[in-house]
Amino acid sequence: MNAGMSIPPEPENDGRLSADDSMSQEKLYLASQWRLMWWKFVDHRLALCSMYLLCLFYFVALFCGFFAPHNPSQRARDLSFAPPQRVHLVHEGRLRGPFVYPRIQHFDQELALLTYTEDRSRVQPIRFFVRGDTYRFWGLVETSVHLVGLRDGGRLYLMGADRLGRDLFSRILYGSRISLSIGLVGVFLSLVLGIVIGGISGYFGGVTDTVIQRFIEILMSIPSIPLWMALAAAVPPTWSQLTVYFCMTTILALIGWTGVAREVRGKILALREEDYAMAARAAGVKEFRILMRHLVPGFTSHLIVVVTLAIPAMILAETALSFLQLGLRAPTISWGVLLQDAMNLQAVNLYPWLIWPTAFVVFVVLLFNFLGDGLRDAADPYRH
Amino acid sequence: MIEYIIRRVLIMFPTLFVISVIVFTVIQLPPGDFLTTYAINLEQSGEPVAMEVLDALRERYGLDKPMVVQYFKWIGGILLRGDFGQSFGHWRPVKDLIWERLGLTASIALITIVITWMIAVPIGIYSATHQYKLSDYAFTFVGYIGLSIPAFMLALLVMNAAHMKFGLDVGGLFSDEFIDAPWSLARVVDLLQHIWVPVLVLSVGGTAGLIRVMRANLLDQLELPYVETARASGLSETKLLLKYPVRVAINPIVSTIGWMLPQLFSGSVIVAMVLSLQTTGPLLLRALMDQDMHLAGAMIMILSALTVVGTLISDILLAWVDPRIRFERQTS
Repeated sequence: MNAGMSIPPEPENDGRLSADDSMSQEKLYLASQWRLMWWKFVDHRLALCSMYLLCLFYFVALFCGFFAPHNPSQRARDLSFAPPQRVHLVHEGRLRGPFVYPRIQHFDQELALLTYTEDRSRVQPIRFFVRGDTYRFWGLVETSVHLVGLRDGGRLYLMGADRLGRDLFSRILYGSRISLSIGLVGVFLSLVLGIVIGGISGYFGGVTDTVIQRFIEILMSIPSIPLWMALAAAVPPTWSQLTVYFCMTTILALIGWTGVAREVRGKILALREEDYAMAARAAGVKEFRILMRHLVPGFTSHLIVVVTLAIPAMILAETALSFLQLGLRAPTISWGVLLQDAMNLQAVNLYPWLIWPTAFVVFVVLLFNFLGDGLRDAADPYRH
Repeated sequence: MIEYIIRRVLIMFPTLFVISVIVFTVIQLPPGDFLTTYAINLEQSGEPVAMEVLDALRERYGLDKPMVVQYFKWIGGILLRGDFGQSFGHWRPVKDLIWERLGLTASIALITIVITWMIAVPIGIYSATHQYKLSDYAFTFVGYIGLSIPAFMLALLVMNAAHMKFGLDVGGLFSDEFIDAPWSLARVVDLLQHIWVPVLVLSVGGTAGLIRVMRANLLDQLELPYVETARASGLSETKLLLKYPVRVAINPIVSTIGWMLPQLFSGSVIVAMVLSLQTTGPLLLRALMDQDMHLAGAMIMILSALTVVGTLISDILLAWVDPRIRFERQTS
C-alpha cells in the first residue's frame, strides 16, 4: 500500500551482504506496511504470547458452558464456602491419575463456622468430556458435555465455592463473557465516536475544530469515576440485564472516545501536510477521497494501538463500577459482580479464595498491556 | 509569561461554565427526584406519606420548576453566596458536609503526587541509564503489575495484610476518638498515622505509569548528539545526565499533573469506599444513590474545578520549566 513510507529495519547480521541478504532486502522493500508490522511484532515474544493467551481467554469465554464444570447458578447448600479442592494423584500409595476426595461438612461450634474435611476413603476420578449440568450452547443446542468434571453429578470445585455453594471457577468463566466483551464493545463504540468527531475536527479545522477541542478538554477535566458513577446511578435498577449491559458500555464509551478523537485529529492535521497528500491534491483528487483513501490508512495502525491500550482501562472500569454495585448486579455474572463478595474484609480473611476473580482481572489487563506495547513498537516504523 | 497566565485564567471561566451545565444535567438524569425516593422509602417503612408535605417541600426547593430555572438557581447560589444548596439526605446545607472531606481528598491527592514523583523520577532515570539490565527488567515488570492491579483490590489486600500480619486496623483516616474531634495537633498526628495506606495504594498505579514515561523520554534524549558532545567535552556522567537530558525528559511529566489529578480523584473515590475513609468517595456514592442532587452536584463540580485549576498550574509550571514554550508564546 504505502510501503515506501516505512524504513525497513536493517538486516541483523555483521554487515556482510550475501545473495541471501539481498534477497531478503528485496523482500523487505516489497513488503506491505502490515507485513512489516507483523514481522516486527512477531519478534516481540512477550507480546506474541500475550496475544495467543488473550485469544485463548476469548475462546473460553465464547464456549464457557463447555469449559465450566458446572452451571454457575446451581446452588449447593452442603458446599457453602467450601474451599478449593486439592487435586491428588496418589491414593493409598497407588497412582490413580488426577482425582479428588469428596468433602464432608462440619459445623465448628467454637468458631461458629462451616468447615470441610476430605473423605479419604473414596476416590472421585476427574474425567474429561463428562456429562454434567445441561446448558444451552449459544441458546441453540442443548447439551450436557463439559471439558472436565466428575461422574454421576459429583461436584468439582477447583476454586472453591461462594456463600450459596456455587462453583467459583464456573462463575469466573461465565463472568468472563461480560467482563471481556464489555471492553471490546465499549472500545468499538468509542472508536466510532472518536473517528467521526476527531475526523470532523481535523478535516474542517477552524471554528469547528476549536469548539470540538475545547469540548474534549472540558470532558477530560471531569474526574471520570465520579462522572461514571453519576451516569451509572441514572440507570434504573428495574431495567433488564441486557439493557443495563448496553448502558454500561455506552457510558464507558461516552468518556473513552475523547482520547481517540484527539489522536485522529492530530494525525489528520499532520498527515494532510505530507507530500503525498499535497501530490494528491495537486492531481485534483477530492478532499474527502484524500482523507479516506490516503490519510486514514496512514494512521490505522496507530489507532489499533490506542484501542488495544484502552481495552484494559474499560475492563477495570467495569470491575470497579460493578464492585460498587453501580453497574451490573447479581444475578448477572461479571468479574466485578463476583468481587462484591470480596468487599467484606472478614470474608476475605476466612475465605481467601473469594479474591480469585482479581487474579483473572489483573492477568487479562496485564496481557492487554503487553500486547498494546508490542503493537506500539511494531506500528512505529521509525523505531528500531 | 504574564500575558500567557492571564489568557489561561480567562479560558477557565467558560470551561467551568460548561462543566457546571454537564454536571447539572448528569445529576438530573435519573427519573424522579429525591422526594420520590424519599416517599418510596417512607412507604416501604410503613409510614403514611402526606402529599401536601411533599408538595410543599418540592416547591420550597424549586423542584417543580423547569430544569433551566433550577440550574440558574443552583449556580446562582454557588456564585453569589457560596451556597451549594440543601442536602436532602442529611437535611443540612451542603457546605457543612463537604469542606472537610474535600480537604482530606485533596490532601491525599497532593501527597500521592509528591510521593509518586519522588519514587518514579529516580527509578525512571535509573531504568533508562541501565537499559536492558536485570534491574531495568525488574522495575519494568513491577511497573506492569502496578498498572494492572485495580486500586480497590490493592486497598483490600493491603488492609487484609495489615490486619492479619500486624493486627493493625488501617481502615478510616482517624482513630475512633478523633473522628468528630476539632482539629488539634494530636488529630493531625493521628491523621498522618492513617493516611499512608490510601497514599500507598493510590501511588502504585501512577508510579508505574510515570516510570515508563520517564524511562522512554530519557532514552529518547540519551540518543541525541548533544549528549555525546557533552560527554566528549569531559563532563562527569552524573552532572551531564542531570543538567541536560533529565531536564528535557522531565517536561512531559510536568504536564501530566493535569491528568494525574482527575485520575487520583477518580481512584480515591473507590479506594475510599474500601478503606471507609472520611473523604468525598463514600459521601458521593450515597448521594448519587439517594438522588441527593445538590450534594452530588457540589462534589463533582468542586472536584472538576480543582482539576481545572490543577491543569492550569501544570501548564504554568511547564512554561516556566521549558524556555521553548515560554519564548514561543512571546514571539507569537
